[in-house]
Amino acid sequence: MFYAILCYHAEDVVGCWSKEDDDAVMAKLAVVQEKLAKQGRLGPVARLLPTTAAATVRGHGEAPLVIDGPFAETKEQLLGFYLVDCESLDEAVSVANELSIANPGGAHEVRPVGLFRPGTGPT
Amino acid sequence: MTDLAWINSAITSSRPQALGALLRYFRNLETAEEAFQEACLKALKNWPENGPPRDPAAWLIFVGRNAAIDGVRRRAREQPLPEEDVLSDLDDAESTLAERLDDSHYRDDILRLLFVCCHPDLPSTQQIALALRIVSGLTVKQIARAFLVGESAMEQRITRAKAKVAAAGLPFETPGPIERAERLTTVAAMIYLVFNEGYSASGSEVPVRAPLCDEAIRLVRLLLRLFPSEPEIMGLAALMLLQHARIAARFDAEGEIILLEDQDRSLWNQKSIAEGLALIDKAIRHRNPGPYQAQAAIAALHARARRHEDTDWVQIDLLYGALELMQPSPVITLNRAVAVAKTRGPEAALALIEPLADRLSGYFHFFGVKGAFLLQLGRTAEARTAFDRAIALANTPAEASHIRMHLDRLLKENSHSQSASL
Repeated sequence: MFYAILCYHAEDVVGCWSKEDDDAVMAKLAVVQEKLAKQGRLGPVARLLPTTAAATVRGHGEAPLVIDGPFAETKEQLLGFYLVDCESLDEAVSVANELSIANPGGAHEVRPVGLFRPGTGPT
Repeated sequence: MTDLAWINSAITSSRPQALGALLRYFRNLETAEEAFQEACLKALKNWPENGPPRDPAAWLIFVGRNAAIDGVRRRAREQPLPEEDVLSDLDDAESTLAERLDDSHYRDDILRLLFVCCHPDLPSTQQIALALRIVSGLTVKQIARAFLVGESAMEQRITRAKAKVAAAGLPFETPGPIERAERLTTVAAMIYLVFNEGYSASGSEVPVRAPLCDEAIRLVRLLLRLFPSEPEIMGLAALMLLQHARIAARFDAEGEIILLEDQDRSLWNQKSIAEGLALIDKAIRHRNPGPYQAQAAIAALHARARRHEDTDWVQIDLLYGALELMQPSPVITLNRAVAVAKTRGPEAALALIEPLADRLSGYFHFFGVKGAFLLQLGRTAEARTAFDRAIALANTPAEASHIRMHLDRLLKENSHSQSASL
């Protein structure tokens, strides 16, 4: 079974890293990822772009409510995530809308992915 | 990262919020800065021992405020009467501190802090210097280096700016919606000035000045977190990210300028581009266009083209047309002419810029562009005249040498293609 490990950090602190700091952290993470990949246990890895690039789709149907920024309702829990290849934000929003129609309530956060590695683990 | 690097990042990122709150308490820039310094010293001692606080900004505000109040108390003892009124005003601040931090109006603290730096009485160089000193916390030495001036000259510039701001009085009332929008516009323009100061560096200066671009991007991200639904702020962030993405490709080993069409696109920073594209996409959904968005959309079209030949000049022409309507300027028309030359040919482009001759008679880019169009039309003698004029109008020797080199090459290419077609 895959276990999702979600990375949290203070975004404004990360935003203050110099390129050297950032590269150093990514290099150290790559060592861990490589070990897991060699063992055939690494699923997809994604680094999300900052929350300022996010939009949230609430409601669904003909006029879903699209809110700028990430979704900040602490009473809602992260239940799962999709990785979908889209040409534009418009397309991503319409996919989120379809998902909302299939599963109403809650919200779907659209976060552009900055880095993606497909992984080597079981499917 | 080491502990110290983490503390540095945490302090840098907390600085605008903490300093903004301290400025609100003490209503004095000097006191607020001293209080923040004091809190940073304590953080450097305390955090490695006790671990990082849950909310670094709140910690710094709390500790800074107490340190400054202690200072007031100490000074008060040396005076015959304690300044009770000063102290009692601050008494209830502590209880509401945590609440205020969560409250969205801490946006106004940061906006006020940024706004103070772009006071309309200050010339733009002082606005930038003050913002880098106060909001970003760069040392005078760092700022002096970035501006390529001496440290004492920069010290004077910042002191003069602070004195002017102090004399003009600080705006402490909570701004209304209209005023907030005005301030946001002013602050956005100031951040773009910081960016341009770094971006306009020439080859040899890039390592010194690029940090200004990083700082401007950090500030616009901060602004965007505070105002997540402002399409023009998204546009500005996108514009800066897309332009800064090209930094590694803009100069050759000798420090000479490499034009956009000749840049090695594999050197462009794809992470910056991805973020810039995501932001301009999001801004456009608001259907509320503005000049930053239009410029970012143009930068996005360049970023999306894998090769220079793939550039969507028709769209770029349309976007410059929109920009002309929003912000009429002969320089924008001149830029548009470059796109027109690609889509409708040099004749149409030349016709577009002819009426600008009077207003741009002292602008060397005008003659450079005009020369290039004339050259494409085979009017070599006229082109040469325009190029000579451009070189005479260059602002720096480096600019002149670049233009000369570029124009020499154009002339050479033209003679090649002419002989090839014979």
